[in-house]
Amino acid sequence: MSFIKEFFEFLKVRKKYWLLPIILILTLFGGLIVLTQGSIVAPFIYTVF
Amino acid sequence: MVCVLGISAFYHDSAAALLKDGKIVAAAQEERFTRKKHDSSYPYNAINFVLDYSNVKLSEIDHIVFYEKPFLKFERILETYVAFAPKGFLQFTKSIPIWLKEKLFQKNLLINCLRKHDKNFRNTDKIYFSEHHLSHAASAYFPSPFNEAIVLTADGVGEWATTTVAIAKDNKLEIKKEIHFPHSLGLLYSAFTYYCGFKVNSGEYKLMGLAPYGEPKFYKKICEYLIDVKNDGSFRLDQSYFNYATGLTMTNDKFHNLFGQKPRDPKVDNISQFHMDIAASIQKVTEDIMIKLTSSLKEEYKINNLCLAGGVALNCVANGQILKNKVFENIWIQPAAGDAGGSLGAALAYWYLELKNLRKIDESDSMQGSYLGPDYDQKYIENELKDLEAVFSVLNDEELLEMTSEDLKKGHAIGWFQGRMEFGPRALGARSIIADPRSSSMQKNLNLKVKFRESFRPFAPSILFEDLKNWFNLNVSSPYMLLVATVNENIRNQISKHEESLFGIQKLNVKRSSIPAVTHVDYSSRVQTVHKEKNIKFYKLIKRFKDKTNCPIIVNTSFNIRGEPIVNTPKEAFKCFMGTGLDTLVIGNCFLQKNKQKQSKSNNYKSSFELD
Repeated sequence: MSFIKEFFEFLKVRKKYWLLPIILILTLFGGLIVLTQGSIVAPFIYTVF
Repeated sequence: MVCVLGISAFYHDSAAALLKDGKIVAAAQEERFTRKKHDSSYPYNAINFVLDYSNVKLSEIDHIVFYEKPFLKFERILETYVAFAPKGFLQFTKSIPIWLKEKLFQKNLLINCLRKHDKNFRNTDKIYFSEHHLSHAASAYFPSPFNEAIVLTADGVGEWATTTVAIAKDNKLEIKKEIHFPHSLGLLYSAFTYYCGFKVNSGEYKLMGLAPYGEPKFYKKICEYLIDVKNDGSFRLDQSYFNYATGLTMTNDKFHNLFGQKPRDPKVDNISQFHMDIAASIQKVTEDIMIKLTSSLKEEYKINNLCLAGGVALNCVANGQILKNKVFENIWIQPAAGDAGGSLGAALAYWYLELKNLRKIDESDSMQGSYLGPDYDQKYIENELKDLEAVFSVLNDEELLEMTSEDLKKGHAIGWFQGRMEFGPRALGARSIIADPRSSSMQKNLNLKVKFRESFRPFAPSILFEDLKNWFNLNVSSPYMLLVATVNENIRNQISKHEESLFGIQKLNVKRSSIPAVTHVDYSSRVQTVHKEKNIKFYKLIKRFKDKTNCPIIVNTSFNIRGEPIVNTPKEAFKCFMGTGLDTLVIGNCFLQKNKQKQSKSNNYKSSFELD
């Protein structure tokens, strides 16, 4: 939780709220990449693309 | 007693530094302990060392400062992907997992790692994050002997900044200007390092050493197509020629077509005149930019002192040009100018800028000659050598100097291991390989038989400070081997017309001066001045060599082979001694000769380390 709080504070200080949706989408993609690294979830990624 | 621990990690060279009441007590790079060159992992061993040396526990440390801001770096990476999308997807797939798994949560990672040192460490509120270039700037100014200075930092990239200008006075330091990623002098140099077939982040020295063999034939091309340099030295790179922002290589096909060749494959292709000309060209561009930058800063701020840090400040040829330009009265360069020095800078920045402590200039050098690493007492050394079944004799100081200088005179290559290890990439007489500079075969011999590296690479001289003017065109001290100067006319040899007409690597065979082993093909040398008050034993050794030979100079290169971090322990020194062409080893007061050692102790040392 402290991480999320700190990250929001960072966006506030940097005035970069516009990064938030990009971060969410990239995190989602990034998360998928992490999950699918040599795992059984791998086939799932093809349906996303 | 207030203790500040500085940490740099997770990028290039991880390291730790510790301040006690603002005094630098200890600093070391992790690579020296893990034996992995440029190790970027959490500096567990380096932190253990600085804590042990300073006799404090982690829970007793008042402030812990990390050298950069991970969130800001993540912002740069995300914005770069957004700016270049859909290009860069491959790089994205490689880097984002690392960020999401680890780097973004660096505070937690740090806390977990720190707890391994001391279970009683709980107060996580004492962890702070400096900025990458602020750390560099602080490492350059606060240990300097100036009470006011222009601080210029330049490297590959930190968070956003690649080049910064700060103005420092007393205990204050403020960054005034920045050049942001992807426009980077460090990355431009690294792009050419990659193009010439050397490893990025470590092969830059090789490119600099290769430059004098070539002609700057591509200088105009670089200035016309790759970089737009303004009169004040600020610059922009044409990103259409580079691949580092989005790809997995430094340069792209457009870059290769511009110069007419693919990047050199070090496994297949030899270094040709083309690569030497490329090296000479990018070196000249770098020097020109540094000259323009520093000249315009002097004009703007009218301050006579200049401090330098960041990887580009390790380009001692460019530093020598800045000095030669005579725009500044005094120049001070942080010896650990790369990212390892960021740990020290982060701690110093916190001590002065956040805690607002007063700054007293230490006339005797607060960096303590950069001898900030581990040392080993005589008893420990002897026990280690006995365990290794080494054959050695223990000499008193007088005998040791006599025997070592005599061996130097005989042309032996000597491993010299004394006192505290250096902090920073240069060996300064604590973990050095030393030899006679008057020998014309010494450069080749040391490169091929001892260091196992390319024969073109130059060696540096260590000279008694008081003799400096008689041998080199340099009139200031250079204790950290960060300035390049030419050898004096009176010690240069007459070169025949045939020798003059030689090209490329053939130039190496010409004996250019009375100290050929440390005279590069353009008569330059990367000078270390040796001072009695900084390293008395090293000073006395050179003095004794001078008494015997009239030459106050010895060859000084790092005690390692190519691809290996500088040796840290007596055991590592002995292994290196037995696996290379070193003839003599001096550790503390122990004296070892190769021909007296057991044959079974020799090893295939070369294969233990990757080519760099």
